[in-house]
Order: sequence, then C-alpha cells, then structure tokens
Amino acid sequence: MATPTNLSAAFTLTPPPLADWLVILPVALMIGLGAVLMMVRKSVRLHGAIAIAGLAALVLIDAGLLWRVATHGPVTMVMGRWLPPFGIAFTADLFGAAMALAAAVVALAAAIFALRDIDASGRRYGFYPFLMLLMAGVSGAFLTGDIFNLYVWFEVLLISSFGLLILGSQPEQIDGALKYAVLNLIATTLFLIAVGYLYAIFGTLNMADIARKAVALRDTGPLTTLTGLFILAFAMKAAAFPVNFWLPASYHTPRIVVSALFGGLLTKVGIYALMRVTVMLFPVEREALSIVIVVIAILTMMVGALGALAQSDIRKLIGYLVIAGIGNMLSGVAIGTPGAVSGAILYALHSMVTMTALYLVAGEIGRLGGGWSLVHLGGLFRRAPSFAGVSFVLFLAAAGLPPISGLWPKVVLLKASLDIGAWWLAAAILVSAFLITLALARVVLFAYWRPSPREIEPMTAAADWRIALPLAALTALTIFFGLFPETLLGLSQDAATGLADPTAYIRSVFPQGEGQ
Amino acid sequence: METLFAILIGMFFAAAVYLMLSKYSVRILLGVALLGNAVNLLLFTAGRLTREVPPIIPAGVDALPSGTANPLPQALILTAIVISFSFFAFLLVLTYRAYQELGTDDTDEMRVAEPRGEDRPPMGY
Repeated sequence: MATPTNLSAAFTLTPPPLADWLVILPVALMIGLGAVLMMVRKSVRLHGAIAIAGLAALVLIDAGLLWRVATHGPVTMVMGRWLPPFGIAFTADLFGAAMALAAAVVALAAAIFALRDIDASGRRYGFYPFLMLLMAGVSGAFLTGDIFNLYVWFEVLLISSFGLLILGSQPEQIDGALKYAVLNLIATTLFLIAVGYLYAIFGTLNMADIARKAVALRDTGPLTTLTGLFILAFAMKAAAFPVNFWLPASYHTPRIVVSALFGGLLTKVGIYALMRVTVMLFPVEREALSIVIVVIAILTMMVGALGALAQSDIRKLIGYLVIAGIGNMLSGVAIGTPGAVSGAILYALHSMVTMTALYLVAGEIGRLGGGWSLVHLGGLFRRAPSFAGVSFVLFLAAAGLPPISGLWPKVVLLKASLDIGAWWLAAAILVSAFLITLALARVVLFAYWRPSPREIEPMTAAADWRIALPLAALTALTIFFGLFPETLLGLSQDAATGLADPTAYIRSVFPQGEGQ
Repeated sequence: METLFAILIGMFFAAAVYLMLSKYSVRILLGVALLGNAVNLLLFTAGRLTREVPPIIPAGVDALPSGTANPLPQALILTAIVISFSFFAFLLVLTYRAYQELGTDDTDEMRVAEPRGEDRPPMGY
C-alpha cells in the first residue's frame, strides 16, 4: 500500500450541515414512499393516507428549503462526498426551490382530489406509487445541479407519467399515450444528444462548472448550436408551438386528476430546464437566438389561444390554455432581462396552480354535467352555485384578469417587453389573453349560465370534501397572490437575478473558488 | 477512427429519422430503438476512442496518463442503455396494445382520442 493520500483533493471531509439535507430530502422521501407503497400494494386502502401524509411532508420540506435558500443563499450537497465537479451535486437556488414548493402543493391537492377520482381498481394499478415517483422525478429535476442527472430525472418522471397516463386502459388512453410516449421519448433523446455534445465541449456536467467555463469556451466551442439543440429538446417537453402536438392528443384522455397533475407539472419542468440552460448557462447564446425564441413564443401563444377558442371539449380547451401559458413564459425567456425572466418565473408558478385547479374544475364539470362538450352542457350555475363561483375565479386567473394571480405575471411581462421597445410582443400577449378570455367566457355562458339543453337528472351526490378542499385551497392561493403579490413578485425577482448572475450559485458549489 | 465513427453515427441517425417519419407505429418504434443506439455511440465517441492505453492510474500518480479513454461517457452510456431499454420495452407493449385495441398500426387511422368531425363549439343559444 502506498502512502496514505490526501483525501481532501477528492472528498469533502467535513459532514454537511444538517440543514443542507433539505436539498436531497424531497427526492429521497418520494422514492422511499414510492417503494413503501409498492410493498403494501395489496392493501390499497392505506395508499391514499400514506401518499397524502408524504406529500404534506414534502410541502413542509420544500417550504423549509425555500426559507433556507431565501435566507442563506443557494444550498449544495454533493452525493458520496465527492468534491464537485466529480460528484453529482444537488443545488437548490430560489428558482428551483420555489418551483419545487409549487409542485408539491399542486401534487398534494391532486392527491386529495384523487381519493374520489381514482377508484379501487385505479389504486390497485398503482396510482399513488406512480404519483410518488412522478414527484421524485419532478423534485429531482428542480433541485439537481448536474445536467446528466437532470436527464435521469426527466426519464424518471416520464416513465411514471406513462404509468399514470394509461391507468384505466381505455382505447382513447392507449391512443393518446402512444403519441405522448413516442414524442416525449424523442424529446428526451434530443436532450441526451445535447448533453453528449456538451460533455464533449466542456468535459464537465456540473451546471455551476459549465456556467464558469462557458466564458472561456465561448470563442472556440459551437455553443450556439448546442443551445439551439437544448432549446429544441426542452421546447418539445414544454409543448411549444411547432412541437406541441403530443399535448392536445393526450392530455384529455386520462383520469382528470392525472390531467391536472400533467397540466400543472410536466410542461413546467420543460420550461424550467429551458430557463436554467438558456438564462443561466448560455446567456450570450440565448441573446443570439432570441429572435427564434420570440417567434416561437408568439406562435405558441396564438396557437394556444386560437386552439382554446376552437374546442368544444372543456378538457381539450384547458390543454390549449396550458400551451398558451408556455408561450407567455417563452416570451420572458426571449426578452431575457431580469425583469422579463422574473415575469416568466412568476407565470410558471401561477400556471402550475391555476392549470391544475382548472383541470380539477373540469373533473367536477364532468361529474355534475355528465360530459365535457359545450354542446350538451348547461345549467351548472343553477345546480352548483358555489362551485360556479370557484370556477369563475379560476377562469379569471387563467385569462389574466384582475384581481386574481394571473394578472401580475402578464403585467411584468408586458412592462419588460415595452421596456425594450417590443410593442409587438406586448400586443401579442394582450391579443392572446383577449382570445383566452373569449374562450373562457363562452364556457361560462354555455356550461354555467344557459339552462341545460337536456333533461336534468337530480344531483347524484352532494359536495364532497375530497373535491371541495383541493379546489378551495388552490382557488384561495390564486386569490391571495392576486391581492397580495408583493412576496411572490419579490421572490421571482430575486430568483431571476440569481439566474442572470449565478455567482452565488457557483460559490455554493465551489466554496473555495478552486479549480480555475 | 473518430471520423469513421462519426460517419457511422450519421448513418444511424439518418436511418432512425427515416424510420420515424413513417406512419406505421412499428417502424417508428424501430426508429426510436436506432436513435437510442445512435446517441449511445455518439456519447461513446465523445469520450475519445483509444484502445492502447488502459484507463488505470499507475502507482504514485494522481491522475490518468494522457491519451487514455475517458471512462465517464461509458458510465453515462450504461445509464442511457438501461433507460432506453426499459422505455423500448414499455413502448413495445404499448404499441402492441394499441394494435389490439385500435385494430391498426397506421397512426393516421388512430383517431380514437381525436375523432374526425368533432362538434364545433355552439355559436349561440
């Protein structure tokens, strides 16, 4: 045996502070609970309680993490004590932590709603274990600081989403799932290609390491091409315009609570990764490609709004609203100033809550009205006035009208685009919002206001807490952040600043500033 | 050697894209499988192709001697192989189920989720 080598060159020798474990805890908890639920798969009655308790714990952990990041700056933990960039780093900054918290809140609401929406056979097929693994993938994607690890979490959430999507095995689900599966698999493969090229250029996969090496490699490496490849891959995941067709083909087919989860979480993971790569890692290349991104953004907004206007099925209509929201967030990425990026972050947080809540509303519409087609619906206002009130608030939120939370991200984005003189972009955002208002007003008019065109059968069941609680909680969130937006505005501004200038992020990964 | 591999990878990608442009789900599936292998080869080539120097650190030295193949891309490939294999297995079953349930492997005919001639939203009442 040779002389004992100095391990400090390769390992962190001091154990990480206890609070740093918060970075890894969300993922560990969700994977662990997924395994536990698989072990007790025979007793499906336990699943709901365990999953809801676990997701409530996840909300608390993510809130703790967000608080820690907000007070102490980005938190890093390296797996296996290997020093970065050798070990896989989990790094939470404000952006990632805020997204993780919003995802946990949305998943908790969906899990409660699922108590009623998913029957015993759905639970035996493993709804709750899939949900846990989906959340492991989503949390991992938001918190990881390693780009290949990001790919792995994408795959984890993708395979769990397949399981959720085909739960029930109706022919239309199989049809939707096939298109969803193939196109999303191609998107993640494109992402992997980009990661391969990135490693060939940089020789590292750690995001903080990439961010500081990009400055030196900008003249020699084909970074603009690489960024373009990343944008294509993530835009496909986020359902941006030319590559959005998997979303309207599949999102209306599964159980409504699955649609709610997907509409709230999956496209936002795509937009999160897009912002992480373009704004933080390759800002100069994003600037060069900004004209491409802005065209995509406007087309996505318009396709979403016009698509929503053309649908008679409410679930499909909400799917197009998800796409229109992605267009708004992309416009923030295209402008790229910290103000615009903060608008995009704010929009992502708002959209996670609102889109999930809208799908839950659609579930209740389907239960009360016996279908989703605007041709046959009617009289919901008379049958369930309080539910109609809740839906109306959420429609206002989705259309971006005051005083609900949808207003503020649009205001920030409009201001950012007017600040750089892009009045045409501001006009596009407003036209898209106007068309969405029309589409949703039509839903109110036909599904709620007019008398039912069919003979109304008496109400099947009274309001149920498993439906009322998540809907009321999510609606209360949108109203609260519509009336008191200061916290969220400040948070998203700080998050955008942290993305635009990742010094704190890099210092959290490399505390001594060693390396170059 | 790298040039040869670059050409080979290009051929893999071309074949994969050609197959995925088909409207029959089985061909698309074969295209996806080829695409996965193309990416694996690409990662492999990105880590330098050398067989003369084994990636072993000699005694008394801290780092690999120069000219060795980088072992990290091979670890990445192992991960990617496992993932793409499991996805391919899932897709195979899904395609077979789709063929059973929908009675066709022609994606143009798969219109159960998005039927032709759906109701337009009503114009008024």
